[in-house]
Amino acid sequence: MPARLDIDLDNYRYGFSVPENYVFKARKGLDEQIVREISWIKGEPEWMTRFRLHAYHSFLQKPMPTWGADLSGVHFDDIYYYIKPTEKQGRSWDEVPEEIRNTFERLGIPEAERKFLAGVGAQYESEMVYHNIQKNLAEKGVIFLDMDSGLRQYPDLVREHFGTVIPPEDNKFAALNSAVWSGGSFIYVPPGVHVDLPLQAYFRINARDMGQFERTLIIADEGSYVHYVEGCTAPTYSSDSLHSAVVEIIAKRGARVRYTTIQNWSRNVYNLVTKRAVAHQDATVEWVDCNLGSKVTMKYPSIWLMGPGAHGEILSIAFAGKGQVQDAGGKIIHAAPHTSSVVTSKSISKGGGRTVYRGLLKVVAGASGSKSNVVCDALILDEQSASDTVPTIEIEESNVAIGHEATVSKVSEEQLFYLQSRGIDEHRAATLIVSGFIEPVVKELPMEYALEMNRLIDLEMEGSVG
Amino acid sequence: MTSELVIQDLYVQVESKLILKGLNLRIKQGEVHAIMGPNGSGKSTLAYSLMGHPKYQVVAGDILFKGQSLLGLSPDERARMGLFLAFQYPVAIPGLTLANFLRTAVDAVKGGQRNGNGKATMPVTEFRRLLNEKMELLQMDRSFAQRYLNEGFSGGEKKRAEILQMAMLEPEIAILDETDSGLDIDALRVVAQGVNALAGPHMGIVVITHYQRILNYIKPQFVHVLAHGQIVASGGPELALQLEAEGYDRYVKNANGA
Repeated sequence: MPARLDIDLDNYRYGFSVPENYVFKARKGLDEQIVREISWIKGEPEWMTRFRLHAYHSFLQKPMPTWGADLSGVHFDDIYYYIKPTEKQGRSWDEVPEEIRNTFERLGIPEAERKFLAGVGAQYESEMVYHNIQKNLAEKGVIFLDMDSGLRQYPDLVREHFGTVIPPEDNKFAALNSAVWSGGSFIYVPPGVHVDLPLQAYFRINARDMGQFERTLIIADEGSYVHYVEGCTAPTYSSDSLHSAVVEIIAKRGARVRYTTIQNWSRNVYNLVTKRAVAHQDATVEWVDCNLGSKVTMKYPSIWLMGPGAHGEILSIAFAGKGQVQDAGGKIIHAAPHTSSVVTSKSISKGGGRTVYRGLLKVVAGASGSKSNVVCDALILDEQSASDTVPTIEIEESNVAIGHEATVSKVSEEQLFYLQSRGIDEHRAATLIVSGFIEPVVKELPMEYALEMNRLIDLEMEGSVG
Repeated sequence: MTSELVIQDLYVQVESKLILKGLNLRIKQGEVHAIMGPNGSGKSTLAYSLMGHPKYQVVAGDILFKGQSLLGLSPDERARMGLFLAFQYPVAIPGLTLANFLRTAVDAVKGGQRNGNGKATMPVTEFRRLLNEKMELLQMDRSFAQRYLNEGFSGGEKKRAEILQMAMLEPEIAILDETDSGLDIDALRVVAQGVNALAGPHMGIVVITHYQRILNYIKPQFVHVLAHGQIVASGGPELALQLEAEGYDRYVKNANGA
């Protein structure tokens, strides 16, 4: 059995770590040498090495963002940028080293794969240690690989799309990811193919002072459908870790992509992620973004509606407990006529936690007949906690229908009393109120994840009232 | 053994204003009482105090239920002992379905202390059967169970949902706080029939009301007049009719003069 190291006080169940038996661990800190080394170990084509180096210099030049959460605790010199945990990737769980396999079993991944998933990727530190997809999907031409294998096996497809949605210069952390990326998923769904069950990737940090920089690219060809789910956890350490992913989605004409995140990092992880999708004509992209863990999360999934009839949805839940900042939201850009979007954001803060909804809604000139509705609701559980709403709305077109609504509320004494008068104790009552509050988003999750989400909320709520 | 609710010389204040001033009352399982009183007499204060609302502060006296003082017990503990309050203004809990809520409540009340059998939960099929049966009794459509608790409910729907909860939880003493307010005559009849179907030797009912109207449907054995925070008169059903004819004036004046 792996050593258990639960030093967490906030009911975090995944704070254990196991000893490091790694094939390769780069030295701490970042310089050009490390960037070259990562690329060399991976045996990448020349263009990718250049891409990385260019991104590295962009990272150096970009200022640290100061408009959002406090990032002064991010020390770029104290981070391990690349750790290769195993020699090769498993196609079956038996091929994964026992210690690592045990970790994923504790997280319930193999079981979930057997029960309700079409494919699973499991990333441990910097690499995907396991990857598998149902045979029938592979036969239909669906590609579900880790990003590195994707680059090796489909170099042209990757080169055509990689970095086109989020260029390295986009922001400091996108630049950092572009320089040192490793792992993540590469998905291609051929025209007309519907992947009925979700594909899932699970991201696990194990080492102290680790930086995880996975890179995901999803290409849904015309008329296809795919639902991708990502989960993530890490051990609880006294020093901070950094997770900085880049996710690019391309939904071609008539395609539909749903991307669901259940982020449950330990309370010492800076989670600074750039996610963006382009939806072409009549395509639909949906981000379902649930953020419970981490020390600081800054994440604003974006959808560029590039063709007529494109539709975007962002559904998000943020839960900030003691010492946590969830600075999250979403961006929708209507860049074509008759596009539509819905943003539903639900945030909860308790025990001194702080949530921020930061959103952009933009309708460019010419995107006539576009519709958008934004609703962001914040629930504050106690006097120490706080919530902010920072919406930006830029409308350059007059023929549009835009709705925007924001509410901030507290769990009321009357609601608690009402539920308690039916025999339900105070803690359970508060949990029911919180679960009800996020229900509009949770009901969009597949049943297994909805149950998981409610269980996590239950844990977060433990000891919250009194 | 028959459960009894005993209110002894009860003084209650709300936000440092004294509302109940020495109220005495005894209610046994199987009895139906009506407490009538004008606006501001302390009717809702009495209801909330019995259930243990944190804003209602008992400054003197006692409330005994089954021989045990309720003071210091939380509302959920009181509910699990078999006390129930049908609210005049039930609050909405968005996102929580009526069915889910009821299942949690039934588990809490029936699975817990009252039967002394630990955390046994009612099997879901039995819960369903029971819920359907009770909803039929109250002429509620089954789809209603999937709506969010009190959210967007009409006045009549809210009151029916309250009585549905009472039917599911099978309390020993139920307090109905102005259940008739905001109901049209048809809704009132359905709600009253529901209450009557539940009434019996195992349930004591306290109907708190301003108007005599509901007492045409729910027949009390005992009628009490509440004025200025005290029970100022008690009698049989004839007292309610007298109040309907004469109004509360004399009681209000009496109390003022006292």
